[in-house]
Order: sequence, then C-alpha cells, then structure tokens
Amino acid sequence: MRVIIVAVVFFIALSGFYYQDNYLSESVKRGQGIFEMYCIACHQGDGKGIPNVYPPLAGSDYLLENTEKALEAVKYGLQGEIEVNGVKYNNYMSMLGLEDQEVADVVNYTLREWGNSSDKVIRIEDVEEVTKAKEGATAKD
Amino acid sequence: MKKIYLAIIACMWVSLSLAQKPVIESSQMSFTVDTVVTGLGVLWSFEFISDDEVLLAEREGRMKIYNLGTKELRDVEGLPEIVAKGQGGLFDIELHPDYKNNKFIYFSYSSPKQDGEEGEGQNTAFMRARIKKDKLVNKELIFKALPNYETNHHFGGRIEFDREGYLYLSVGDRGGRDFVQEMNNNRGKIFRLHDDGAVPKDNPYVNTPGVKPEIYSNGHRNQQGMAMNPETGEIWEHEHGPMGGDEINIIKPGVNYGWPTISYGVNYNGTSFTDLTEQEDMSQPLYYWLPSIAPCGMEFVTSDKYPNWKGDLLVGSLKFRNLVHCEIYESRVLHEEVVLEGIGRVRSIRQGPDGFIYVGTEGPGMLVRLVPAEKVEEEK
Repeated sequence: MRVIIVAVVFFIALSGFYYQDNYLSESVKRGQGIFEMYCIACHQGDGKGIPNVYPPLAGSDYLLENTEKALEAVKYGLQGEIEVNGVKYNNYMSMLGLEDQEVADVVNYTLREWGNSSDKVIRIEDVEEVTKAKEGATAKD
Repeated sequence: MKKIYLAIIACMWVSLSLAQKPVIESSQMSFTVDTVVTGLGVLWSFEFISDDEVLLAEREGRMKIYNLGTKELRDVEGLPEIVAKGQGGLFDIELHPDYKNNKFIYFSYSSPKQDGEEGEGQNTAFMRARIKKDKLVNKELIFKALPNYETNHHFGGRIEFDREGYLYLSVGDRGGRDFVQEMNNNRGKIFRLHDDGAVPKDNPYVNTPGVKPEIYSNGHRNQQGMAMNPETGEIWEHEHGPMGGDEINIIKPGVNYGWPTISYGVNYNGTSFTDLTEQEDMSQPLYYWLPSIAPCGMEFVTSDKYPNWKGDLLVGSLKFRNLVHCEIYESRVLHEEVVLEGIGRVRSIRQGPDGFIYVGTEGPGMLVRLVPAEKVEEEK
C-alpha cells in the first residue's frame, strides 16, 4: 500500500514539473515568433536595442527586476521617460494589440534570451492582474 | 484693488509671451509648429476633404473628421472590418483626383479573411467610398492582396494617383521575404490599377503567364511612403530596410527593386542575409539610409510658402521621431537634413489646400502645421 502511495505522489509531482516545463517551453517558443514579428525592428535581434533610441532587453533591469512594468508596456505600450540600466530613454512604444497569452509568451521569451536567465514564469493570470491594476487606476482618474 | 488687477494683467502678459512658439531654425527654412489637433491615436494618414475639414485615419481602426474652424472632431461610421494588431489597422487615405466632382475617397486597411478567400489571417485591402452624413457609403473593394497571412507586419498600405489618374498601391512582404521575388503572389509589390480597380491593358505583366497582372513593380519590403513628384509625374516611394537599407526609389514599370536579393541592410541579429548590394537585373535605390531611420510618410513641397523647399521632399522618421528634408535636384537627393526633432513618430505628411505643410504623428497622436517664421513676423 505504502509503495502505491509513494508511487502516486511521485507521479503527481513529476507530472507537475512536466506540465510547467511544457508550458514554459511552448510559451517561449511562441514568444520567439511574436518577438520576431512585433518587437525586433526596435529592440533588435541581439536584444540590445539601439543606443539612446530604443532601450535594451538583454540585461535590462527594467525587464528583469520589474517584470510587471514590462508586462504593462507590452500590453499597453509606453510613453514618456524611462530609465534602463542607468540610461534615460524618452521614446514611444505603440500599443501592439496582443492577447494576454501573447503578452505572457513574449515576456517569457525575453526573460530567457540573450543571456537573460530569469526563473520567472509568466502566466495569463499575471497579465490579467496587470490589466486589472492598470484599468482600475484609469477608472479612478 | 486696482493694483491686483494690474498684477493679474501683468501675469497674463508674461505668460502669453512665454507661450509664444519657439522658432525652429533649419539651414533653409525657419518656422514655428502650430498644433492643429491633439489627443489622437496613431495618425497614420489624413486628407483635406475641404478647405476647413480634414479626414483623419487612426491605425486603431477609426476614421474621424476634424473641422479647423469649429474645432469639432466627429467620428466617421460604417468602416469595414479592420484587424488593428501589430502594424495592422487603418492605413492610408487618398482623394480621387476628381474628388470635387465624384467625392470618391480611397483608403487602405488590414482586412480579415472574408468568405471564399484563400489563407487564414489578414492582408492589405484598398477600398473606395463616399462620405455621407459622417458615414461611409457606396463602399467598393478596389483590391485586396491575397492570400491572407497570419502575420501582422509589413502591410505597406500607401495609395497614390499619377497625372493620368492611374492608381498605385503598395503592399509589403508580409514577413515572407523569401517569396518576394516570385511573381505569382502579392508580397512586396506595387500595383497599378484604374480608379475602379480594373487592370490597365498596358501594365507590364498583363501578357506574362503566371504573373499577377496588377503588378507594376516588385522587390519591395515595406513601403510606407509614396508620392507623385509634381514636376516630373513620377511615382516615388520609400520603404523600410531591416537593419539599415531604408530606400527611396522611383517606381518604373516592370522593375525589380531587389528585396531581399540585394540590400544595404543586414538581419536584425547582425548576420547578413545577402552579400549583394547590386545585381544587373535589379534597380539600385535612388537613395538609402544606413543606419535606418524607419521612414513613414512622404510629400513633395510645391507651396510658395516654403520658397527654399519648393520641389523638395519631406520624409518622416518613426525611429528618430523627426522630419527629414531631402533636397531634390533633377530627380536626385542632393542632401538631407533633420528639420524638426522630437515631434513624435511621424506617420504622414501633406501639403494642405492652404499651402501649409501638415504633419501627422503617433505618441503623441496629433496633427501639426509648419508655419514659416517670416509669416509670423508679418502678422504681428
């Protein structure tokens, strides 16, 4: 009996890992396609952006340390001055019209590309939370 | 009490003089920037439909009319279904050359798959219509690039008429550069049609089997600027290169402009997709930018209000958010100069019926007018 319980628990744990891995690898794969369609023209294939014009994603403190802000930018676009790795940028990123899952996918990709090695896994719920916060704030204005 | 009034008046006078617009100096023209209307979305294009009304196209899929006199902004209803995603949405607006009499407005947009169409996704469509009581009526699809693709970039989408009334339409490579050099598809092409969408009998490929008869030129990437040179009647276009290699070309029948076989650009990851910048059967750009400026919007200046710019070309830059003046001599670009910086991502440029240059931007979405500084001096 004990053997069976241990086996079942082991199996459940394993499938949990498998599920997460599978989610992440699929999400990153989709994210790469989204990046190449919507983002690459400004942030460039090496993720370094264009000096003083478009900020980098590779090694970007803005992306890696404050992922909610990054999610908001990908979902709603960005306007006004921001600081990335100590450098100020004052450009404009238009709203791309991505679905919440697409936002999660492309951020999962950028968190793991060009030497970025974040262990954050973005799910659709995380994007929905950012949406709620953002739209709640707008409603209050 | 009197003192307080005087103080208030003094404050108002000071703030008024502070609010006076700065004069922007460039090497050949000085001007001020006059904001016409602000608070818009991505102002992809605009057209004056009368002396005091301008039709605005926001990429988000909205069309509006702004009255410069009453300052009223009205929505236009009755648009077709538009896919506003990525670079897709509502694009260009162009009036028929005989608009005064026939009231035809042409516009382009990202159109989702319709019944019976090949391919999933969307592609660039061109429609003509009239506006009646702020509503689009008499809508006719003039041309749609097919099949549809699931990508949401490189739509092209510019519309221009030549002197004879032929219609030129640009469609970008839709992200499939490897297919642009094939002539049986609509990727990276400029099409030439009659104003009702019929194929002209003298198009370059009407008798070539396997080639779409609407095609006028090919080998383009993403053409977001197109304008007729009023001095020569030629159709000029510009297009985005990848990393570098943005081009200006003069469009000629049956000419291959080389994308992606020849290019001055490289891949976004820095690798090269072609070592060639020229090939015998492919046209060299008239002018190219290295690195890219990401050009959008294009207009020739003909107005007497800008004597030193007359006959020259204005081009917008998305990347550097500025307006570029290209001095033109005998169909060549002599030199370029950034004449207006930090204005926003420039989407569209037009000379209005009043002879002023108008510029449409995104981030912030607004329409501005360049007022020559001498003119301001006179009016004082």
